[in-house]
Amino acid sequence: MVDAKKQDPRSKFPPVEGGKSRYNLTSGKYMKIWQGPQHPGITGNMSLELTVCGDEVVDCKTHVGYLHRGFEKLMERRKYIQCFPLVCRICVPEPDFNEYLFAECVEELAGIQIPERAKWLRALTLEMARLTSFLMWIGGQAGSFGMGTIGQWTVTMRDYMLDLFEELSGGRIYHMYIIPGGVRADLPEGYEGRVESTLKQIEKVLKDVELALMHNYVFKKRAKGLGIITPDMVDEYGITGPNARGSGVKRDIRKDNPYLIYDQLDFEIVTETGSDAYARTWVRMKEMYQSIDLIRQMMKKMPKEGPFFQKLPNVLHWKVPAGQTYHKSECTRGEYGFYMVSDGTELPRRVYVRGPSYTHAVTLMERLAVNTNIADTAGLMVSLHTYPPEIER
Amino acid sequence: MNIIEDKFSVWQKRFSLSGFENKSSELAFVQVPADQTVAFITTVRDLDGYKHLVFFTAVDLLEDGVFRLTYMLHNYTTKHDLGIQTDISRDSASMESIHHLWPHGATYQRELKEMFGIDFPGSPGVNESFVLEGWFAMPPMRRDFDTKEYSEATFFPRPGRKTFDTQEYMKEQLYPSEAETW
Repeated sequence: MVDAKKQDPRSKFPPVEGGKSRYNLTSGKYMKIWQGPQHPGITGNMSLELTVCGDEVVDCKTHVGYLHRGFEKLMERRKYIQCFPLVCRICVPEPDFNEYLFAECVEELAGIQIPERAKWLRALTLEMARLTSFLMWIGGQAGSFGMGTIGQWTVTMRDYMLDLFEELSGGRIYHMYIIPGGVRADLPEGYEGRVESTLKQIEKVLKDVELALMHNYVFKKRAKGLGIITPDMVDEYGITGPNARGSGVKRDIRKDNPYLIYDQLDFEIVTETGSDAYARTWVRMKEMYQSIDLIRQMMKKMPKEGPFFQKLPNVLHWKVPAGQTYHKSECTRGEYGFYMVSDGTELPRRVYVRGPSYTHAVTLMERLAVNTNIADTAGLMVSLHTYPPEIER
Repeated sequence: MNIIEDKFSVWQKRFSLSGFENKSSELAFVQVPADQTVAFITTVRDLDGYKHLVFFTAVDLLEDGVFRLTYMLHNYTTKHDLGIQTDISRDSASMESIHHLWPHGATYQRELKEMFGIDFPGSPGVNESFVLEGWFAMPPMRRDFDTKEYSEATFFPRPGRKTFDTQEYMKEQLYPSEAETW
């Protein structure tokens, strides 16, 4: 802690009094700027209260709460099956993880085994959701460095993926496809061919994105060295997913604690060692190719027929036995988990949603933003890939 | 006896653990008294490799008059999740902070203060609002918070919009001069 009396008056950082930085905003040396709550690079609303000295950020505070819809409270007053239309809305670009984890928790507490084919269909939708979410993210990442065209290419590709979801589940954004006992429907006829042709299109566009973004002088110059996450920060700040893998930390729940059928697929954990925004972008680019490969593997290895749904008791009067459990999965941002407590009644006692953005967007962002240029703050924020709805639930 | 049961017997020698639930090879829950919880968390973090704080939350057990706090930790070497649980009284709910162990622990504690009214003395920014800016009612995640009653008291009765007969309204407001001739 810097003593106010001893501090060099030329320092860009303000004196600390009583454990808090004291900015004299009337001095003309500092200025407060709000970034957000609307920003095209993040899905949802979140604002950064930035204190800048010149064009350099000296303090950052994350504000959330613009999208609080009280999902966890609502679920305490609804029957298990009534929670399904709710949970998917916690994360807009990747709703399937909420459906899967909620279903998995209920099934474990109720002692329900799902058919083998349902596991494959669940994994297929989760991997398709990952690819769809990455396609949306890369638009934000490129756009925050002034390359809006790339976002237009990838959002088009995302729309083709949404077409596939619509065909499978009837919904483009919220699918409500994964339900306790399995999945709602089988693959439509000829679906495999349509998936393959969409994947080919996406692969082609990703090659263009790679050329236009990853080898772009401006992007390299600005993203390299931005938002360094050292490997020892990973455990300290609870960092998971591509943010950790971009620092060379080889962790992926799909590999470490395989769920569904991931242990039957052939893939390696993608890592980079740059630790900066550029390295994180590479990890996500490579994970998009990985997702494409995994979808193809699933299509090939999946049992071609068999049941995809296990009959449930009357869901309107369904009492799930008392107990507690925690299930997790690897979404595009890292560890996504559901902690569920049942007291043996028809309503869940408590459902807690663990979203990776909770740590990335608040504590980590507040630390990484300090010392960055104001113009790079948006790029930094998007490089952490945050979705505010999962912070405030 | 698997690894976690083995560990449990070691921990039991040092702490007064009151319960253990081995859910699977990847998940277990252990009940610790409130005054030993932070010491236990520090031990499993530093000596047993549970370095990742996955989440920290509370369950309101209104009928028992307690909040059950759950600290979920993960060990990346053994790929194991450990839920450390402790009960604290609902009246003047307060718990020792863990922000010195993980910086993001302060964010969880800030949320628990706002949503459940559990205090964590010394935790940075614990009294600042997190999600609910300008909230003065009872912490909303408490079981005895009645959402319906709160909404009715806060937002109703609302006057709402007046409805008009379209034809009459147009006659009177939009074309008063022509209306005379209609």
